[in-house]
Amino acid sequence: MGTTITIKNLTKRFGDVVAVNNVSLAIEAGTFLTLLGPSGCGKTTLLRCVAGLEDPDEGEIYIGDRLVFSRARGISVPAGQRDIGLVFQNYALWPHMTVYKNMSFALEIRKLPKAEIDKRVKESLAEVKMLGYENRYPREMSGGQQQRIALARMLAYRPKVFLMDEPLSNLDARLRMDMRAELKRLHYVAGATTIYVTHDQVEALTMSSLIAVMKDGVLQQVDTPDRVYRCPSNLFVADFIGNPKVNLLEGVVDGQGCVDLGEFKVAMDTQGVEGKVVLAIRPEDIAVYTEPTPGTVKFTVYSVLPSGADSTIVARTGEREVTIRVPGISPIKMDDSVWLKFDPQVINLYDGATGNLVAVRKV
Amino acid sequence: MGVPEVLQPPLSLRILAAYRRFIRWLTSARVLLALILLVMMVYLILVPLYRMVETTVTYQERDVLAVPDAVPGQLTAYHWVRMLASRVSRVFLYAPLQHSLVVATGATLLAMFIGSVLAWLVIRTDMPGRHLVNNLATIPYIMPSWTIAMAWKVMFNTRVAGGTPGLLEYLIGRPIPTWLAYGPIPIIISSALHYYTFFFLFVSAALMSIDSNLEDAAELAGASRSRILRRITFPLVLPALLSGFIMTFSKVMGTFGGPNVLGTPVRYYVIATMIRSSVAIGEFADGFVLAIVLILFTIVTIYINQRLIGTRKSYETIGGRGFVAHVARLGPWRKVLAAGVIVFQVLVIALPLGLLAYDTFMLHPGNYSLSNFTLHYWIGKSDINIANGTPGVLRNPKIYSSAWNSIRLSLATAFFTALLGVILGYAIVKGRGTRLSKLVEQISFIPYVIPGIAFGAVYISMFSKRVGPIPPLYGTFALLVIVSVAKHIPYSARSGVSAMLQVGRELEEAGQMAGANLWQRFKRIIFPLTSAGFVSGFLLTFITTMRELSLIILLVTPATQVLSSQTMRYTENGDTQMANAVILILITLVLIGNFIIGRFRGGSLKKGLGM
Ligand SMILES: Nc1ncnc2c1ncn2[C@@H]1O[C@H](COP(=O)(O)OP(=O)(O)O)[C@@H](O)[C@H]1O
Ligand SMILES: [Mg+2]
Repeated sequence: MGTTITIKNLTKRFGDVVAVNNVSLAIEAGTFLTLLGPSGCGKTTLLRCVAGLEDPDEGEIYIGDRLVFSRARGISVPAGQRDIGLVFQNYALWPHMTVYKNMSFALEIRKLPKAEIDKRVKESLAEVKMLGYENRYPREMSGGQQQRIALARMLAYRPKVFLMDEPLSNLDARLRMDMRAELKRLHYVAGATTIYVTHDQVEALTMSSLIAVMKDGVLQQVDTPDRVYRCPSNLFVADFIGNPKVNLLEGVVDGQGCVDLGEFKVAMDTQGVEGKVVLAIRPEDIAVYTEPTPGTVKFTVYSVLPSGADSTIVARTGEREVTIRVPGISPIKMDDSVWLKFDPQVINLYDGATGNLVAVRKV
Repeated sequence: MGVPEVLQPPLSLRILAAYRRFIRWLTSARVLLALILLVMMVYLILVPLYRMVETTVTYQERDVLAVPDAVPGQLTAYHWVRMLASRVSRVFLYAPLQHSLVVATGATLLAMFIGSVLAWLVIRTDMPGRHLVNNLATIPYIMPSWTIAMAWKVMFNTRVAGGTPGLLEYLIGRPIPTWLAYGPIPIIISSALHYYTFFFLFVSAALMSIDSNLEDAAELAGASRSRILRRITFPLVLPALLSGFIMTFSKVMGTFGGPNVLGTPVRYYVIATMIRSSVAIGEFADGFVLAIVLILFTIVTIYINQRLIGTRKSYETIGGRGFVAHVARLGPWRKVLAAGVIVFQVLVIALPLGLLAYDTFMLHPGNYSLSNFTLHYWIGKSDINIANGTPGVLRNPKIYSSAWNSIRLSLATAFFTALLGVILGYAIVKGRGTRLSKLVEQISFIPYVIPGIAFGAVYISMFSKRVGPIPPLYGTFALLVIVSVAKHIPYSARSGVSAMLQVGRELEEAGQMAGANLWQRFKRIIFPLTSAGFVSGFLLTFITTMRELSLIILLVTPATQVLSSQTMRYTENGDTQMANAVILILITLVLIGNFIIGRFRGGSLKKGLGM
């Protein structure tokens, strides 16, 4: 049902700001791709370029086999003719139209017969569980309901591509959880290729089949959620993904199969790597012992933050601080001594100068 | 990622691509509309200005009489030298300029005082009846600016200056001093009582928008009341005062009505009346030099004010919508003060109207006894012994045709102004940040700095001859509509921009995504969403056009006479009662319009002033 989207060397500038910088992406039909990155990194701009609301300065965009934008050939298909639906961050429901009118607008423009319009509006409302709201005005509905109508408005004209710009960011935390499940289901049923924009890494990890991480307009990594989490291709991605944050430990390769972190050394395979490096280890990958154990380093607990399903422990030795996550409520208390094991099997090694991944964890 | 690089195409394809991009740029909604607006504004604003300047630096046909070797059309400094540095300069330029500056400065300062005090009382005190004061404050402004001047004449006219005695002279039986009857003092007072509304609106908006937290913070820091007023409140209100100053000063500089009623009879000319008399005797070049001088002075004033306001461009940006925590307690005097203020306001409105009405019932001017009572000026048949046989206004077909002209001029102007506002707003907001959008915005501002009478003068030069496909429009009704719409462009642009900003670009983009073309987007999304602004803009323009005089006085002909110019005509012919009757009709129409505005939610004078 969906279609492929191919983006080639896309660049969009606003004056001196390069909002999207030479981005290339090949998205297979039916993919749920999330554009993830901090605010201002160019996600919305990239989305708007695909939608046809913004003309890029360079590059090409294909939707399926159809060339919808090419700077070099001077082609730019108008937004309304790209067969794309877009859910705006603020929903952009027309305040002077009822739900029904909001939804039938695009269908009327396409000159569909009345009966067909009616059928499609009802179907789409049913899909977002909003039947019976046809005659409401947007201001007469809650944020969550407006959000569903915004989705339904897009579904009604059955585009091949769904674009969504932080659709859940204006909802409260609870509603957001519910809507994530709904949206994922919706994508599963409709099968439309979807580009979903968010700055929320949890949202990206839970919903996507593919995550594209952006920074300052540049694509950093395009991978499955699992790979983005476990093997971030550079320090930015590593730091951005995961909560609590990954531990980034700066050190120097000492040439004897060890990384010298100052306070202690970690033995690991450093073949072909020299000079300054950064070790990245996820908080849940650090093993904690309450007794002295061989191959561990002694730390002092600085703070303990239980959160129900797991607890976060902040521990220090000298200037070095690490964050550890352990399941359940931990018996460990502040100022306790703990012995931490940094297993080289679960450590990613990054070049200190470029920030790029140089040695991948083994498991 | 498996995406091959984009290949560099051959030259022919690159040219084709550039051509396609250009066409797409040209036909994109914002560019297309901006270019159309630009052409229109160049034609309505820049070309006339150019033609006016051109006229002042070339010999005109009639100059041959004064300068024997003049060749019409030849470049010359003759007019400028004549106006700026010759025997007649004093009479034609320097004295009127001095008078204009005196009158404008005086009226502006007095208006500032009245308007600010009232605003403070309404917004920042516990005076009773504040709501009433608030409502009354806008009424003088919706009446024609020279209403009070006409009423002044009824009250203070004097035989000394060659007129008939006014009511006061009639009652006390002694001559009124000329300085009280005519000249700068009456002009200043009557103008200030009209224009204080600007200051009232600006200052009360500023006082309302000041976050009381700022003052609370100062009070917590131990500052005294007067210190807070001086150091916190005043600086925050200053931009509002300066905005009011610019607006009032430039309006008074370009106002024709009041000075013509109260200055011309004693040969106290201001630039505006001088432009009129130059144009009336066919000395267009002289009139245009005066108009240019007037424009330059207005620009300089605005520039100086802008420098003073500096980075604090607008008071709207100060703090949020703080509610007023500090209400000054006026103590036992509050009721007396309220009564005083309301009596003042009612007098300023009712007394002039009463005097004008009283005067229309007096058969022989200067005699205010009941035995002199007549309805002749309202409903009398033509009588050769009275007013040269002019019938009463309600029997006079000329008055009906003037009234109809006034109404259709106001309707047409209001419609096109409001429509233009939406389109200007669209082109400017959609193109934000582009040079084209800035250019449109800047040009749209130009009429703001051109005083009314000068703007009218500009149009004489433009439309007396055929320009390209457009026939000479001088003397036509269409020209009155065009000049009125053009003069309103700055206001329509501002209100259009704020209306568009409220709509938000996503709402239109959602229409684009749905496949709607430009016309469908305008019809189904943009017009409906800006309709409130459209309606209030329409009604306000209707009122301001109805009572406009300075702008069109140079352009009306007997066939296109409107009510405002008709009163001036009667005044100048000495048919005071007729003039007063006509202005009362005009005020009635304006008040009806204002009543209709009140019925529409969202319509307010403030919005119409582009605040
Ligand atoms: N219309 C615009 N004009 C100028 N700069 C813009 C515009 N839109 C976006 N930008 C700039 O481009 C960059 C990327 O913005 P955006 O795509 O909105 O980021 P994100 O959606 O990731 O938060 C930002 O620096 C932003 O300021
Ligand atoms: Mg964004």
